[in-house]
Amino acid sequence: MPFIPHTEEDIQEMLTAIGVDSIDALFDEIPDELRCGELDEIPAGMPEMEVSRLMQGRARQDGQPLCFLGAGAYDHHIPAAVWQLTTRGEFYTAYTPYQAEASQGTLQLLYEYQSMMTALTGMDVSNASLYDGASALAEAVLMAVRGNRKSKSGRILVPRTLHPLYRRVTHSIVRNQGIELVEIDYDSESGQVDLSSLEQHAGEDFAALVIPQPNFFGVLENTDRLTDWAHANGMLAIAVVNPLAMSILKPAGEWGESGADICCGEGQPMGAPLASGGPYFGFLCCREKLVRQMPGRIIGKTVDLDGKPGYALTLQAREQHIRRSKATSNICTNQGLMVTAATIHMAIMGGEGLQRVAAACHANTKKLAQTLCDLPQVESPFTGPVFHEQVLRLPLAAKDALRALAAHNVLGGFDLSDDYPELENAILVCATELRSDEEIEQYRSKLERVIAAQVQTPCQLKPDW
Amino acid sequence: MSNTPTDLRYAKSHEWVRDEGDGTVTVGITEHAQELLGDLVFVDLPEVGAQLEAGGDCAVVESVKAASDVYSPVTGEVTEVNEALDGAPETINEDAFGDGWIFKVKLDDAGELDNLLDADAYNALVAEEDH
Amino acid sequence: MIYEQSRSGRQATAQTNFEMPALPDIPQELLREQPAGLPEVSEMQAVRHYTRLSQKNFSIDTHFYPLGSCTMKYNPRACNSLASLPGFLSRHPLAPDTHSQGFMACMHELQEILKHVTGMHAVSLSPAAGAQGEFAGVAMIRAYHDARGDDARTEILVPDAAHGTNPASAVMCGYKAREIPTGQDGDIDLEALKEVLGPQTAGIMLTNPSTVGVFERRIKEIAGLVHDAGGLLYYDGANLNAILGKVRPGDMGFDVIHMNLHKTFSTPHGGGGPGAGPVGVSQRLEPYLPVPMVDFDGSDYVWLTEKERSDTIGRLSAFAGNAGVLLRAYVYARLLGREGMHRVAEFSSLNANYLLKRLMEAGFDAAYPERRASHEFILTLKKQAKELGVNTMDFAKRMLDYGVHAPTTYFPLLVPECLLVEPTETEAKEDLDDFVEIMKTIKQEAETQPELVKQAPHTMPVRRLDDVRAARELDLAWKGQE
Repeated sequence: MPFIPHTEEDIQEMLTAIGVDSIDALFDEIPDELRCGELDEIPAGMPEMEVSRLMQGRARQDGQPLCFLGAGAYDHHIPAAVWQLTTRGEFYTAYTPYQAEASQGTLQLLYEYQSMMTALTGMDVSNASLYDGASALAEAVLMAVRGNRKSKSGRILVPRTLHPLYRRVTHSIVRNQGIELVEIDYDSESGQVDLSSLEQHAGEDFAALVIPQPNFFGVLENTDRLTDWAHANGMLAIAVVNPLAMSILKPAGEWGESGADICCGEGQPMGAPLASGGPYFGFLCCREKLVRQMPGRIIGKTVDLDGKPGYALTLQAREQHIRRSKATSNICTNQGLMVTAATIHMAIMGGEGLQRVAAACHANTKKLAQTLCDLPQVESPFTGPVFHEQVLRLPLAAKDALRALAAHNVLGGFDLSDDYPELENAILVCATELRSDEEIEQYRSKLERVIAAQVQTPCQLKPDW
Repeated sequence: MSNTPTDLRYAKSHEWVRDEGDGTVTVGITEHAQELLGDLVFVDLPEVGAQLEAGGDCAVVESVKAASDVYSPVTGEVTEVNEALDGAPETINEDAFGDGWIFKVKLDDAGELDNLLDADAYNALVAEEDH
Repeated sequence: MIYEQSRSGRQATAQTNFEMPALPDIPQELLREQPAGLPEVSEMQAVRHYTRLSQKNFSIDTHFYPLGSCTMKYNPRACNSLASLPGFLSRHPLAPDTHSQGFMACMHELQEILKHVTGMHAVSLSPAAGAQGEFAGVAMIRAYHDARGDDARTEILVPDAAHGTNPASAVMCGYKAREIPTGQDGDIDLEALKEVLGPQTAGIMLTNPSTVGVFERRIKEIAGLVHDAGGLLYYDGANLNAILGKVRPGDMGFDVIHMNLHKTFSTPHGGGGPGAGPVGVSQRLEPYLPVPMVDFDGSDYVWLTEKERSDTIGRLSAFAGNAGVLLRAYVYARLLGREGMHRVAEFSSLNANYLLKRLMEAGFDAAYPERRASHEFILTLKKQAKELGVNTMDFAKRMLDYGVHAPTTYFPLLVPECLLVEPTETEAKEDLDDFVEIMKTIKQEAETQPELVKQAPHTMPVRRLDDVRAARELDLAWKGQE
């Protein structure tokens, strides 16, 4: 019996001890009419060898296309040590550190994680992580509504330059509490938040302004100005940042005169593989004065009975297991294992190592964009400076171009036409540090063929699969 | 039984009220309440100027393993809060009826104080809860 | 602390041997002045440091871990290695369907397996954890009432013994959480339930077997009462391990359920996540399921998103939830198959009832001695606390010295001095017998040398920690050498 250690003899001894004659008798409190049958619709069990064969086939089936797609999940190198350590049974199969004395490994690691995240973002405190970047933003919004006591409206200003999926997730999570997200448009020339659209809301009651850095177009926002504008208008500033970008960019805690109040984002670039979108982790940092509004686990350093340093869960009175219906959130666990990977990743890379990776991504994306813009009628519509993604406009429908590229085993980018139809045939491309010059050249030559085939003979929209 | 000053009035939810005689009252939590909670680590104070309803929650006292709402025993406006508790919540553990006061309220209706318990009635309530 | 090994200028250059490229086109005012203050250590220093940290943890792989309500059973290694195949790890979440059929096949089959094993009409895998599954479930209840214009329903009922996530999830969906009492026998107090049901009732959240470790026998009657009042029933899957393959929540009358795959389907707990909290629903809630979901159109697997499902409560994470956790659960489900699923409930119940019986013989008090244990049970150490001055926390800490992770303590709140013990089906009889011996020893110590127990643990990397100091003098991040 897979994973069940009982011998026939064990079973008999145990039943005798309990005083019943069969295992089935242990279910005698369950009314008979509720008992289900054999579950024939569920397949029979398979030995590990057969399941391995099945899974290897499935994994191979999806190929490993050349990835120029980002849009919130990035193809980075992860040092081999990161996951070898992370999958040690002592990390992998432990649980939430309720018994602190028997969980100092996890607790100290989480404290180190909090320390690294505050160093990266320039904020005072960090929690021990949330599910992912988008749901972390939803929690940041709820935090801002609770934390901004001057604001009564429950309204939040959200730029259209924020990731469309983040806007949708935040809406799904906060809408039932009557919180309204009000969108502000972007400047069609720079690709940044449109300051005149923003100015129209000056003096109105909003709990917070959301500031993405870089924004969804890959463009860098003028974060100093936006942060100061939010504060001047009685709003909190919520930064949504890429943690790798933070290694080279001004940290959120230093934006403007007094810094962002809350900083959140997607932790995936710190050691999590692409893996179909999860598990990743959301990070959430804030100013010390907002710490009691924070959801999720927080680890504190303290001492034991002998005065020896140790680590423990702290500020638990914010959490659902104590505060129940008045908790800051319903969140229970964090993404512990992903944070284990991230902490080891950051320790191995160091601040300067991350800078090199970030700068290499930046340089590769610039190279990719320039190379592609050499093709006829491919252009870059925005003038704002970028980090490691860029918007390109193509001479054919984005959908068709990406489909044809995929047939060549190239993931050419993200199709912007659904979320930003006004940009017409626009795609968002990304070249991380992993992409070589040869791969960039492959992309160029394949796009060239796709454009040539489809622009010249628009009636034959047939990719060559 | 912990000491229960006879010059104070008490709410069933374990707050005490001192009538300052000038239309204002001082509010805190009782010695018994702080004993139940254990070492306090944080007090979330109401805002000065806030309008309170009798029986409405208006502050929170937190220990490591519990967080408890403080209910206003009276209706009125908050005139002062004990800022010293911000850095030293343990004051409530040390001196619940004195330096551990939480906030002061300007009463809308002084008659409301008659709805509260006296020390004997409060002691009886505590004795009953112990069973 | 890793920071204590940090030396300026020391880097793990094996990872980035290339030079720092210039950033001429990013305006100076957007750049940071100094590299972030991360540790500067060699790769070996990092490896040694984190290996040593791991050794300060108890885990399933190293210790018996009978943490009630958390189902700490063996996490098969095949689930990890097969979910970590290169094709799965490198798949971008926004990859086109043409490059996703293998992954999507696994997800679709997992949806089907979960649907059948819970008796629900449809399943969405997207919630990232149990609590997010709860949120999704209550949000669907709300969407259902709202769609019918039935907006006077403002309350969600939760038993007083429920997990704290239940009332917190109800509030996040804009509802008021109202508690209902548990009776002396561990079942819901039906009379009290009848009193609070009414036109304001949106639904009720139940765990069955309940958090006190017994099966709610009158569940059909409860379902009838709630449905008659116009409310819906929510099943918290925290204790699904107890009934997997034996009873299905759909057959009990539940309208919506979340499953904790990190419990019942044995995905790793990872030091506190990631989990996965898929939701299943009855027919009437099907339109509201969170997206994305996977469908099979006869020849290909396709994603269902906001576009195809306009009534959905929406998306709860940017992509498809914790896909890697879902893959692990899928592998587990295929290894077990239907016959293995029956065995989960059978042997987790066998272990729990055996352990309870042996502990009662050893002089410990069960909180519900007249009831059959489910996959877990509650002991109350009220007697020991009163007579010996040694409480549940002391017992728990002393267990660590004997190499056993403590059971859940002080939950559910309504049983004084309680230990919630869940041995799970993957523990052998001799491990259970060892646990009984340890409990007997601690009891004896409590009688003869109580200080030994009250001062425990004695053999861990640290002794009991000052939680009060941790909360009063907040130290949440390294601020440099003192």
